[in-house]
Order: sequence, then C-alpha cells, then structure tokens
Amino acid sequence: MNEQVKQALIAKLTALADDELILAHRDSEWVGHGPILEEDIALANIAQDELGHATLWYGLRSTLDGSDPDRLAFLRDAAEFHNCELVELPKGDWAFTLLRQYLFDAYEALWLSAAKDSTYKPLAEVAAKILREERFHLQHTQAWVERLGLGTEESNRRMQAALDAQWGYAQQLFVPLEGEGVLVAEGIVPDLGGLKQTWLLHTTQHLQNSGLKLPLQPGYQPTSRQMHTEHLWSLLAEMQSTARWDAEAKVW
Amino acid sequence: MPGKFGKPTDPDYGERLAEFEARIARGEKIEPGDWMPEEYRRQLVRMISQHAHSEVVGMLPEGAWITRAPSLKRKMILIAKVQDEAGHGQYLYHAAETLGVTREEMLEALLSGKAKYSSIFNYPTLTWADIGTIGWLVDGAAIKNQTMLAQCSYGPYSRAMVRICAEETFHHKQGKEMVILYAKGTPKQRAMAQDAINRWWWPALMMLGPHDSDSPNTPTLVRWGIKTKTNDQVRQEFINEHAPEILEAGLTLPDPDLRYDEATGNWLHGPINWDEFWAVVGGNGPMNKERLEARRRAHAEGAWVREALAAYAARRQQTAVAV
Ligand SMILES: [Fe+2]
Ligand SMILES: [Fe+2]
Ligand SMILES: [Fe+2]
Repeated sequence: MNEQVKQALIAKLTALADDELILAHRDSEWVGHGPILEEDIALANIAQDELGHATLWYGLRSTLDGSDPDRLAFLRDAAEFHNCELVELPKGDWAFTLLRQYLFDAYEALWLSAAKDSTYKPLAEVAAKILREERFHLQHTQAWVERLGLGTEESNRRMQAALDAQWGYAQQLFVPLEGEGVLVAEGIVPDLGGLKQTWLLHTTQHLQNSGLKLPLQPGYQPTSRQMHTEHLWSLLAEMQSTARWDAEAKVW
Repeated sequence: MPGKFGKPTDPDYGERLAEFEARIARGEKIEPGDWMPEEYRRQLVRMISQHAHSEVVGMLPEGAWITRAPSLKRKMILIAKVQDEAGHGQYLYHAAETLGVTREEMLEALLSGKAKYSSIFNYPTLTWADIGTIGWLVDGAAIKNQTMLAQCSYGPYSRAMVRICAEETFHHKQGKEMVILYAKGTPKQRAMAQDAINRWWWPALMMLGPHDSDSPNTPTLVRWGIKTKTNDQVRQEFINEHAPEILEAGLTLPDPDLRYDEATGNWLHGPINWDEFWAVVGGNGPMNKERLEARRRAHAEGAWVREALAAYAARRQQTAVAV
C-alpha cells in the first residue's frame, strides 16, 4: 500500500470509528431512562454494538499507524473528530433517537455489504463481522419507525418532526472525505455516490409506508466532515472528562 | 383453584399450613399454583418487587457514568453491567408476577413512593472510582444476600437468584479488579479509590438490613425458608470476605474499631449508624428524591411511546381480522 492510500485509509477508518463512537454515546444516554424496561435493554445492546464497531475501526487504524484507540477517543480534540453531524445531535425524544438510529443503520448496513468485498482483506473481514449485527439493528429500528409512524397522532407527529430535523443531516453520510477517491479507485471502500441512490430508495419507501412525508426542503446539509455542530465540544468534554482528569494515568 | 392463598380464618388452614411447612422442612420448592399462606405470598411479593425495583433504580447511579467512562473497554463493561441490572429487574418482575401481581401495579407502587428499594442507591456517585467500588462492595453485598436467597423455598425466586448471582459475580470481579488497579495507580487514582471506599463501606454494611433484633420479619421469613440466614449472619460473611481484601489492596477502611477476632475467625466492626440508615429508608437520603424523580420522568416521558405501541398493535390486529 503506498503512502497516499495509507493516509487516506487512516482518515477513513477514523471517520468510521468516530461516527460509531459518538452515536454510541448518544444512545447510551438512554440507559436507565427508556420508556419500557425491555426497550432500555434493546437500546443498550445497540449502544454496545456501535461502541464495539468504533473499537474495531480504531483497532484497524492502529494496525496501520500504531495509534492507541483510547488516546484517539479520549484525548483527541473536537476539531480532529471526523464524525458526521447527525450523530452529534442531542438525543431528543424516543422518536428522534430511533429515527436517527434507523437512518444511520440503513446507511451502515449498505456500506458494510459493499465493504465486505473490499480488496483490503482486514477491512473486508471487519465489515463482514459488523454486518451481522447491523442487520439486527436495521430490523429493530425499521420496526420502530413503522410503529411510531403508524401508532398514534402524537407518535406520528413526533416522528415527522424528527424526520424534518434529520433528513438534511443524514445526507452528509454520503459526502466522501477528501482523498477518499483513491480508496474507491483501489476497491478498498465502496463509492458513496452509488450507495446513496439505494439508501434513498429504501428509506424513502419505508418512511412513506410508515405514514411519514419526506421534507420538501431538505434544509441544512453539511458539506464536509470537517464541519461540526455546537454540540460536539460539550459531548467530548463530558466523554473525556475522566480520562483527561489525571494526566499522569497510564491505565484505566 | 380455590383457596390457593390460605388465610388463618379458613377452616382447613391449620392442616394445610402443617403440610406446607413440612414440605419446606423437606427442602421442597413451593411453585406457582401450590397452596401457600396468604402471608407467605404477601412477604414474597414485598421482597421480590422491592428487589426488582432495586435493580431498576440501581441502574441510575452507575448509568450516570457511562458517558464519562475513561476507556473504550470500561465504557463497554459499564453499559453491559447496567444492562444486566435491567435484565435482573425483568426476571424479578416476572417472578413476582407468578404470585398474581402485575408489573403495572408494582411500578405504580414504586413511582408513588409506596414500595421501597435498596437504601444503597440513594447515595450519589461522585467520582469514577465509585463505579469500581459499587461493583466490588455493593454487588459483593448483593451476592451474599442473593446466594442465600437462591436457597429460598419459592421456586421462581430461587431460580431467578441463581441466574442473577452468576452475572453479579462477574460485576463483582470487574469492580474489584478496577479498584485494586487504581489503588496501585497514580496518586490521584489512589486517592480517588480510597475516597470511594470511605464513602461506600458503611452504606454497603447497612444495605444488608437492620440488626436481627430490629428486623421483625426475619423469624417468619426464616421459618418459611424465604430467608435461610439472618441479616447479621449475611453481613458478617460480607465483612469477612471484603475487609481483608481491601486492606490487602493497600487501602484502609473507615472503621477505627475494625479488627480480626482470632477466637471466632470473624472481622468485628464498630457501631453502625442506624440513624443514617433509617433516615435513608425513610426517604431522606442524599439522593432519594432525585432517584424517584428520574424514574417518574422516564415513565411519564415514555407514556406516549407505550400508547403508540398499543395503538399500533390494535391496528395490526384489526387488519389481521379484516383479512
Ligand atoms: Fe455500527
Ligand atoms: Fe447499528
Ligand atoms: Fe443486579
């Protein structure tokens, strides 16, 4: 692997991991506060899975540059995070959290199904492993979108509000990183442009079958993964507070 | 099945009670549907639902640190642990339901403040070391109590305890490993571990319940095989295991009277501040209001979700009938 490809891959793996880590953080904020005990357990499961995916992607990066996954997660500054803005948004209500999880899972499952054929074997293996979990997530979150979309007037209204708020942000999932083109050319990662069409088709159909309307105006759409919301700084301040509290600590 | 829950006024009560107590004496399990004294049922519903509530409320003090866990591994372990506690709540609510009480009734009793839960969860988690300390001391104390309850005469409760104990043992090990690691860590980590032990030691002793002399339910509970040991016996087992291990880790315990007694092989403790215990049980611990408020808020904010699920299920059923 030449240096340019390697650097591009390191950046891509970091962005993948950052998405999963921040999403897991938002999901984990529900633990102990869910609407039903059984669903508290189910969302805690998803949070653990996403956190596990973050660990796998940071781990894969580590095999390329020897970086320490914990330092990347807990001692890196907000400006160096390359997650999408969608996952940073505060958890909102149950509709907001489950819709975000659905939109993200639908993207992730598609990305992974393509990435399991990556020419870079270690990435193909991780993708295949994660995909099994993502299929369960997608089933779970798809069902929730339908239940809330077709539940009561109130649940439909809340779901619609979540969709109006998130649809534009979700488009950022398909904005490639700078330099991602070389990875696509090498067959290491899938082309996001192609995936987007499939994602639009699947999600549009399911949202409409669930009694929801796509916003006529997509609203704000972040155009690069250098961009963040106001929420990231405080999210990281909280997440990193213990690790940064003792600069001398070698192990936790 | 008439007269499943016998009352002393029932004509055959004496005879049936003798039969029932003989079964317990033979070590048989009482199963749902079997005859049992109404008082046996009442005590079990009280204990099992309290236990279930403790698992669920117990998610709060630890859950609060998930977003601040200092490593990927610790974060993962903590989410899994808090999730396990939710699972314990679930098994226990099911066990209580076999005695003819519904989850809704039990939740209502918790949210209205009528039902109790373990006093220990009314203390705050102030630092990250509290997470390890809770695993070591609180789960450690819970294991002592639950190992005893696994012998309980009521089948569903006993089986739930066996399953739960296996998971608690895992939490206990993880907590202990963490505190011992910090006790050997940097000065700040060390101080944090010591401070957490200082704050949790006494509440952990108290959570095992009042002295036998102040525990009016204990004799009946022991006779019916619901409890097989007294609070003081369980507390002694807890101290005998944990005191030497904590000292071994290079930490101290906040009890100047603590000493090993050669004659009995027991670690003897100084006087427990029962005024504090009764204040916490009575609703005046540092976190009683916040804990209950958090449960109420989650329940209230989840109302529309539960309504939507019910409406969706009803709609599905209608379509199924129409087809
Ligand atoms: Fe994932
Ligand atoms: Fe997922
Ligand atoms: Fe538990």
